[in-house]
Amino acid sequence: MGHRDYFHLVATKSSTKNTPPGFARHGLTDEQLVAILRTMLMHRRLETRGFELNRQGKIPFASAGEGHEAVQAGAAMAFVRGKDILVPYYRDLGLDLGVGLRPVEVLLSLFGRADDHSGGRQFPHHYASKQLGIYTISSVLAAQLPHAVGAAFAMKYRNERDRAVLTTVGDGATSEGEWHESMNFAAVHKLPIVFLCENNEWAISTPLDKQMANPNIWQRAAGYGMPGVVVDGFDPIACYAATKDAMDRARSGGGPTLIEAKCYRFLAHTTDDDDRTYRSREEVETRRKDDPVPKFERLLVEAGILSAEGLEALKRSVLAEANEATDQAEAMPYPLPEALYEGVYADDFQPWR
Amino acid sequence: MAVTAGSKVLNNVEAVRETLYEAMKADERCVILGEDVGARGNVFLITKDFVNEFGAQRVIDTPIAEASIVGIAIGMAMEGLRPIAEIQFADFIYPAFNQIVGEAAKTRYRSNGEYTCPLVIRTPYGGGVRGALSHSVSIEALFYHVPGLKIVAPAFPADMKGLLNAAIDDPDPVLFLEHKKTYRLIKGEVPDGHYTIPLGKADVKKTGRQLTVVSYGLYVHWALDAANQLESEGVSVEVIDLRSIRPMDRTTILESVEKTRKLLIIHEDNKFGGIGAEISAMVAEEALFSLDAPIRRLCAPDVPAMGYAEPLEHEYMSSPAKMADAMREMVRF
Amino acid sequence: MAKTETKAKSLDRHGLTDEQLRAIFRNMLLQRQLDNRGFQLNRQGKVPFALGSEGHEALQAGAAMAFERGKDILAPYYRDLGLAIGIGLTPYEIMLSLFARAADHNGGRQFPNHYSSKHAGLMSFSSILAAHIPHAVGAAYAMKYRGEGGRAVLVTCGDGTTSEGEWHESMNFAAIHKLPLVMLVENNGWAISTPIEHQMAQPEIWKRAAGYGMPGKRFNGLDPIETYATVNEALQRARSGGGPTIVEGTCFRFLAHSTDDNDLTYRTKEMVLEQRKHDPVPAFEQTLLDAGVMSAADIEAMRKDVLRETNDATDKAEAMPYPQASDLYTHLYEGAWQPWQ
Repeated sequence: MGHRDYFHLVATKSSTKNTPPGFARHGLTDEQLVAILRTMLMHRRLETRGFELNRQGKIPFASAGEGHEAVQAGAAMAFVRGKDILVPYYRDLGLDLGVGLRPVEVLLSLFGRADDHSGGRQFPHHYASKQLGIYTISSVLAAQLPHAVGAAFAMKYRNERDRAVLTTVGDGATSEGEWHESMNFAAVHKLPIVFLCENNEWAISTPLDKQMANPNIWQRAAGYGMPGVVVDGFDPIACYAATKDAMDRARSGGGPTLIEAKCYRFLAHTTDDDDRTYRSREEVETRRKDDPVPKFERLLVEAGILSAEGLEALKRSVLAEANEATDQAEAMPYPLPEALYEGVYADDFQPWR
Repeated sequence: MAVTAGSKVLNNVEAVRETLYEAMKADERCVILGEDVGARGNVFLITKDFVNEFGAQRVIDTPIAEASIVGIAIGMAMEGLRPIAEIQFADFIYPAFNQIVGEAAKTRYRSNGEYTCPLVIRTPYGGGVRGALSHSVSIEALFYHVPGLKIVAPAFPADMKGLLNAAIDDPDPVLFLEHKKTYRLIKGEVPDGHYTIPLGKADVKKTGRQLTVVSYGLYVHWALDAANQLESEGVSVEVIDLRSIRPMDRTTILESVEKTRKLLIIHEDNKFGGIGAEISAMVAEEALFSLDAPIRRLCAPDVPAMGYAEPLEHEYMSSPAKMADAMREMVRF
Repeated sequence: MAKTETKAKSLDRHGLTDEQLRAIFRNMLLQRQLDNRGFQLNRQGKVPFALGSEGHEALQAGAAMAFERGKDILAPYYRDLGLAIGIGLTPYEIMLSLFARAADHNGGRQFPNHYSSKHAGLMSFSSILAAHIPHAVGAAYAMKYRGEGGRAVLVTCGDGTTSEGEWHESMNFAAIHKLPLVMLVENNGWAISTPIEHQMAQPEIWKRAAGYGMPGKRFNGLDPIETYATVNEALQRARSGGGPTIVEGTCFRFLAHSTDDNDLTYRTKEMVLEQRKHDPVPAFEQTLLDAGVMSAADIEAMRKDVLRETNDATDKAEAMPYPQASDLYTHLYEGAWQPWQ
């Protein structure tokens, strides 16, 4: 069942009255808050599922974004479906789910099935959906940013009000020349684009102090002539607010914004990485205390927006949906070998004519 | 595997690792730079613990910035160091294309010899590891066209060591291609101590009389499997491991073709404009009348890359069985 | 003389002696003279191409005065004629490059203005903007790696180049490793036909330095003494282990991009004339006169000498032979490598 139907079963009646002091919801309804949590839970569930399937030998590879759930679910809530465009990177499972990607589409990608959006061609987590407005990307960091800028240019060029591009990177990708070139162009042309940097402090094994001398990426924005915002990446509501603010600015012709969301990567880079080789268990355990998922669960329960039973029911629903998606995708066929040759060009071009 | 005295059995990762280690020990001008090469020890563990021994100044974890990994290495080389730059996967080399082709390859030439660029760029390439479009490509065809560059692609551990030493010693820029699927898959005897193998020399890995097969990288191993299978069927195939792509060894190829009178080129890269095209042209120009059959190239189809899904990867890549079929056909011609 | 002493005191020379001030001025005159000579030769049909740097004289002469010959390295771009002669290249070497003679450092291979001199510490570069900046960073890394205190790399570029990805990657790396490097941006407001407002949204490039975690400073690139002071301070910081700096000098580009460009297609004559009012060469001439460092007669004599030197260099270089056809094949690798061995 979708999250809408679900919400009516789990919400408590007097939810808004019990809002704790200092809990700023930035205009989000109870329904939206629960939806954010659901995205976070599904994000974590599907990522864990990827790891499980890899350890079972069923899929060769999965990537890990534990720690990113809040920033992605929060930011996704600011995305307007059917209008905005998302140009993500490969750790944005939560954002993709949040803008409408269904769990089965995620599993089809992990299993490399024919019905996957890329026909089983792309590495997992390189989701793309023309319908949802999620652009196709490669594994090369920052290569997608000029594309995002170009899309934003097209929007402005065609006078498409109320549309904006949301594009994301990690901390590592901000060292790329193409990050610089994209930021600069977007600023010169006041494009409707938001650059969201999910700073989890690690680029595979490269810590922040080897990646840059000034750890505050948002401070670079002024040099380009655009606003720069820093936000707690473990707080989904704050991330929602910052992203909404920036997207609204973009949509109304106010130009681009750089948002830096500070979070942390709890797991290794992917199933092929062993983070024990480059960081201590103590560091990871210490940072785990800020895990945004249990934190937001507690917040919603304490605010009376979810009951404890409601939370459990939500988790069960997420697991059920994940299981159903897994079974469904696993049963689907692989692409046929002939599929290799399709779609190189618009027509059937051979190199020798 | 029987081991000769004064050598040990290593896989390709170990061969590269040992060679780099010895080079770093022997010459303080050597520095290694790339993404995740220090604390992580490279994503295949090739430089594991190097940073502990040689220090962070010599084993540099760079930011994510391929163009400047090569560019900064060029500057180091121009200023007297011996940098060994790493591009984490060959698929990530494209942002550095200008630095390699427009700068490194031209430094000596454009300054009339005043400035030189003794640089090694190492990168893992090739597929068969479910790497899809961004962790599987072959890039040699993009670069071998460029005068001023040297390119090697060894397939055996002993060749890895000898050619890497030669590349490090070389006063000009060398692109050192390591097939990632062979990293742990391929083991071989590697002589102890320092030695070099000259660039521009291929190696006959199996002698034969009825067909010359030229290949490199992972496919040399599969071609050998296929040739050994044919041997048991009474068919004699000679397999040449190219090892060096620019410069390429014409003598070894032509000598073999004179003998067998048939040439089959097998490579993992796309067919159109691949290495096989240059080899075919050269042999046609210089030994046309020594051929009893048209030259044939067994290569990847001309699609952007192998897909992630197994059937797509399978279809894109060759196999010992497919190679054996091609060899039989050639011999029967 | 009391009068000139009073005037001399009012000039803030930042420790520069009279001799150095005269040397700066001579550099500016020589740069302009050689620059003009290139255009003249092109109009006469003697050289196919020339590229001008009018407007940059003060910036380049001032920066060159801070450079330590025999120690520092210069990684310039193709508009740095004044810097090249400022660090020791002779007019003859400049003209050899313009005429593409065999005796040129690059054997006549490179476009003019792409100077190179291992001897003077001038790194070889291409026409690709910003491609040289990672090289400068690598050279600075080598200096630091070998513990060579007292050495630094002075790397330059125009405003346009700061949009390049490789500019960004280089600044970032230099800052992380606190390299002995000074990034001198010569902001003349134009990248061929692209004015600064189309190049960047925030026109003060030095402000990006904080984002990288290094100091940044802006100075008046039309004033050679202020230039010297700023660049010298940054180079001292670099040489003594204090890390890199971005210094941005504002100046003008009075001419078109090169002899193949017609700047009237993208800016007006009036605009240029207005800027000409701030021509750094007559301005510094007046400064030196006012300060009593040089007399009108001195200046006249210096001008004549600069012209003589330029003429001698032109004649000498023009008389030299071109490279031979066989020279095409040399210096590809060390040793004779054919693609097919």
